[in-house]
Amino acid sequence: MATPTTNMSVSHLHPTGSLAIADHRLPSGKEEVWRFTPVMDLIDMFDPNTERGHLAPAVGGQSGITLGRLAVGQGPRGDALLPVDRAAAIAAQVDSADYLLIDQAVAAPIQLDITGHGIDQPTADHLVIEAKPYSSATVVLHYRGHARHIGNVEVIVGESAQLTVVSIQEWDRPAVHLGQHEALIGPGSNYRHITVSLGGDLVRLTNNVSYAGVGGEAQMLGVYFAQAGQHLEHRLFVDHNHPRGVSHVDYRGALQDRNSRSVWVGDVLIRPEAVGIETYEANKNLVLTDGCRVHAVPNLEIETGDIIGAGHSASTGRFDEEQLFYLMSRGISEAEARRLVVHGFFAAILNRISLPDVAETLMNRIDQELAFDKEIQS
Amino acid sequence: MTERCLEIRDLHVSVNTETGHKPILKGVDLTIRPGEVHAIMGPNGSGKSTLAYSIAGHPKYTITSGSVKLDGVELVGLSVDQRAKAGLFLAMQYPVEVSGVSVANFLRTAKTALDGQAPPLRGWASTVNDSLAKMQLDEEFAARSVNEGFSGGEKKRNEIVQLDVLNPKYAVLDETDSGLDIDALRVVSEGINRYTDQGDRGLLLITHYTRILRYVKPDFVHVFVDGRVVEAGGPELAESLEETGYERWLTARP
Ligand SMILES: Nc1ncnc2c1ncn2[C@@H]1O[C@H](COP(=O)(O)OP(=O)(O)OP(=O)(O)O)[C@@H](O)[C@H]1O
Ligand SMILES: [Mg+2]
Repeated sequence: MATPTTNMSVSHLHPTGSLAIADHRLPSGKEEVWRFTPVMDLIDMFDPNTERGHLAPAVGGQSGITLGRLAVGQGPRGDALLPVDRAAAIAAQVDSADYLLIDQAVAAPIQLDITGHGIDQPTADHLVIEAKPYSSATVVLHYRGHARHIGNVEVIVGESAQLTVVSIQEWDRPAVHLGQHEALIGPGSNYRHITVSLGGDLVRLTNNVSYAGVGGEAQMLGVYFAQAGQHLEHRLFVDHNHPRGVSHVDYRGALQDRNSRSVWVGDVLIRPEAVGIETYEANKNLVLTDGCRVHAVPNLEIETGDIIGAGHSASTGRFDEEQLFYLMSRGISEAEARRLVVHGFFAAILNRISLPDVAETLMNRIDQELAFDKEIQS
Repeated sequence: MTERCLEIRDLHVSVNTETGHKPILKGVDLTIRPGEVHAIMGPNGSGKSTLAYSIAGHPKYTITSGSVKLDGVELVGLSVDQRAKAGLFLAMQYPVEVSGVSVANFLRTAKTALDGQAPPLRGWASTVNDSLAKMQLDEEFAARSVNEGFSGGEKKRNEIVQLDVLNPKYAVLDETDSGLDIDALRVVSEGINRYTDQGDRGLLLITHYTRILRYVKPDFVHVFVDGRVVEAGGPELAESLEETGYERWLTARP
């Protein structure tokens, strides 16, 4: 049983949100939330006066959904998402947000392909996904191409709805992608948020959930694979602001090559009113070569002891030479052995995702990168 | 024509430690012919596992001189997987856990690598299940991650499952009998005997106990002390060790 470690009523780790851009000072890199990020490379991303385009999602032919647009202040836009940083505030101010409304059980995944066409034309988008009470769906956002993009995803999960949102960052280098994914979890609902970050020079996603009422379950899963020069950052914040919610956060990432960097920050706040909740967050990193940097920071703030359970763990391990030896001693080549171990490492998350297409996308990509790395070395 | 055998000649091996190279093996000579069972016995720390690991090519050990030939093929200098492909198998004293890789996938990948082609899908599952059953491991082990959460004895039995499926020309078993209960010892011994009963396989059995030698009959017993074989004999040598221990070789040294 966990015991209270603080009696503060507001998380000191997580800034309070604001829609006003001016409320978010230009990051210097010294702020708690920006300290791992190379903000000097992002100056243009924080400039509200930059002319920004829109990355129109191509939506796979689906029935059972309604597509629309929402102006600033037009509900449900803004019901869930209050920007927590300057980039998110800029995207939250775009004139017209894409709106995806789900009001029944949709069996096939709803595919949104978002493709950037260049790094000269910065883009900002705000996407609102609303799952009406008792609806169910899986939405897959697949980002590709070249872009300097800020993309917010605001998710409203209605009572007893079942919603999975998958966000696949498969950008080309040297794309940059910032954004805030924010979900408001309805009572009795089941929300799964899955990030797969593979491409781009810099991806920094702030993935948050909070609860609209008593109960509701959030699962936040993620996998990432960082290579030379890539910065992949995932910041999670679970705000247990109501009783009897459940949250499970589980991220795994592998890194290879010089100057590959991953950041995982998992903040969980259990407010005094959040009695009877259950939370667990975990992050595991597998370092495949020298020259990788990993930051893994779990934070658990517990303001009530009257909960079912709370736990967290974060670990970073080097590729295990004993495993390599064991596999190779059975005749398996080094490349194949590495592939097996890396696949095995991700299997724990992929088995939970249980979306074969997503698993295949990840594994194919990883196989390519592992093979490519081998070529460079030899 | 070279004679078929696993031939270890004047093998010197150092272990790579943080403080440098530490010599462990100081001139090992051993010849294992097809159909022969050799047992190695020796005190803790005498270098038995070092011998097994260095033959298999573990990167922590450096062969400073000597040779290891498998049916005429020099293993020294080959990569770990090439040695396995030449026909060598090592059952580890401490089998390694590989999370997320199932026993079935592991066996299939290894078999494919050794044969140069994937075994036919038809019949493969029953091959694996039969081998598991012979080691009295439930079918569910095929789907479990390699050695993860296995008990000590289950890990050892899983090594013999691999021996059975991969069927190498020469096998080195490093204390496969340690940590087994009485029934498991019999089951594992039967597995080893099925392997040697083929008649043309060579076996090197590293053990501390004569117990297993009641089931697996050695043709030769070698006493291993301080990095070399100090005496060789037949099964009766193992029996005498049981009574006198290693004292006579240890005290004979300055
Ligand atoms: N990585 C290492 N660093 C330092 N010393 C090592 C290392 N590996 C092995 N040694 C030493 O080499 C010697 C031989 O070890 P080895 O494991 O081969 O012995 P063994 O005969 O198999 O013993 P046991 O019967 O206990 O299994 C021991 O003194 C051991 O401490
Ligand atoms: Mg040993």
